[in-house]
Amino acid sequence: MNSIEIHTPLTDASVEALHSGDAVLISGILYTARDAAHKRMVETLDRGGALPMDLNGQVLFYAGPTPAKPGRPIGSIGPTTSGRMDAYTPRLLELGLKGVIGKGIRSEEIRKAMLSKRVVYFGAIGGAAALLAQTVRKADVVAYAHLGPEAVYRLEVYHFPALVVYDLHGGNLYREAMAKYGQLV
Amino acid sequence: MREIQVSKITECVQELSLEAGIRLGEDIVHRLEKAQETEASPQGREVLRKLAENARIAQSESLPICQDTGFAVVFMEIGQDVHFTGGDLREAVNEGIRRGYRKGYFRNSIVGDPLDRKNTDDNTPCVLYTDIVAGDRVKICFAPKGGGSENTSTIRMLPPSSGIQGVKAFVLEQVQSVGANACPPVIVGVGIGGTFEQCALLAKKALFRTAGSRHPNALYARLEQELLEAINRLGIGPAGFGGSTTALGVFIEVYPCHIASLPVAVNMQCHAARHKETII
Repeated sequence: MNSIEIHTPLTDASVEALHSGDAVLISGILYTARDAAHKRMVETLDRGGALPMDLNGQVLFYAGPTPAKPGRPIGSIGPTTSGRMDAYTPRLLELGLKGVIGKGIRSEEIRKAMLSKRVVYFGAIGGAAALLAQTVRKADVVAYAHLGPEAVYRLEVYHFPALVVYDLHGGNLYREAMAKYGQLV
Repeated sequence: MREIQVSKITECVQELSLEAGIRLGEDIVHRLEKAQETEASPQGREVLRKLAENARIAQSESLPICQDTGFAVVFMEIGQDVHFTGGDLREAVNEGIRRGYRKGYFRNSIVGDPLDRKNTDDNTPCVLYTDIVAGDRVKICFAPKGGGSENTSTIRMLPPSSGIQGVKAFVLEQVQSVGANACPPVIVGVGIGGTFEQCALLAKKALFRTAGSRHPNALYARLEQELLEAINRLGIGPAGFGGSTTALGVFIEVYPCHIASLPVAVNMQCHAARHKETII
């Protein structure tokens, strides 16, 4: 499969060029955040505080890794279910995010909000965590260390594989895939 | 009467947890490889190839197959002639999990209270089921369960008039509606009958079947096959990216039920279908 190489921070031009179903290899920085980190980030913003990292142009990765073994940057790491972040996502879309990586269906409300805020939804392969860990060059906890696996990690990745699920042109890979390959009414 | 030190249980649980988290069952690896020959979508074949590679990397580098090393679910069949000595059985099981998860660098994924949500930091407590059976052996089955696929599971109390068509429609509707969330290709555990809580347990136990096996009762064997084919016509495909491999297996477990009831439970299992067992 031909893949498109993209680098974070993402530019408007690089995200506009993507279409649902495109295979991408992402290199650069990803910030992990899952349920508990999302809750704290939104609470911080609601109090008028600043987040521990600047999300402008960045990509959030919905993930909670296993601990790193000695000599490794990280343990196994793969996407968690994106839909659980839907409750917190609108607030974070205000901060200049360019992409999010996860797995699974999101609400129509969030899909439309991402479209209007020009944020791409990338789908990674759920459960391919030992494989995906090989793309991580460096990992540092940048916030909420006490949350353990739910802390925010700053990852340096090289050629992290994903597919474009929701693009900026209304494309929706999950829906298109079922229409193309589904044989049931 | 056979005496078994609970420290032996701790050792076994530790080893089973490590093996389950790192080594994907041969039956699943085989299915992932076979499916590459029949998968209709090029992207689907690529996902299947990556999942088979993931299993190889996990095993060769002793890394967890999935970052979600799961809720530790333990089924024990205890011979009625066994006497446990040297401590509390449940605590011995929890200690095995504590040690296994620490040694394997597994993720701690359990919060001590569902609303307060503070991590217990050692992946305990486990969910422990014990059955008393004849004999003086102890069988331990360790089945860590990931949260993503567990969240896509469901139960419905159907009216008996729904019959086999109602069961099929319910299972299909569930698999279709959860799509990529369950981490396809999935294993679908279906419980039919029993009471509300037992039906869910049947669906869970169905997940321990070997991929490729069939129910001994011809009616249910046929239903398993029909459901598998229907699910694979949904088009969801590996990782939900589209294709003809949405499920690797559908397994049904049944139990008698009340004249008023037709309970059906669907326990969704991602492709990291982990379960290891041992007999002491």
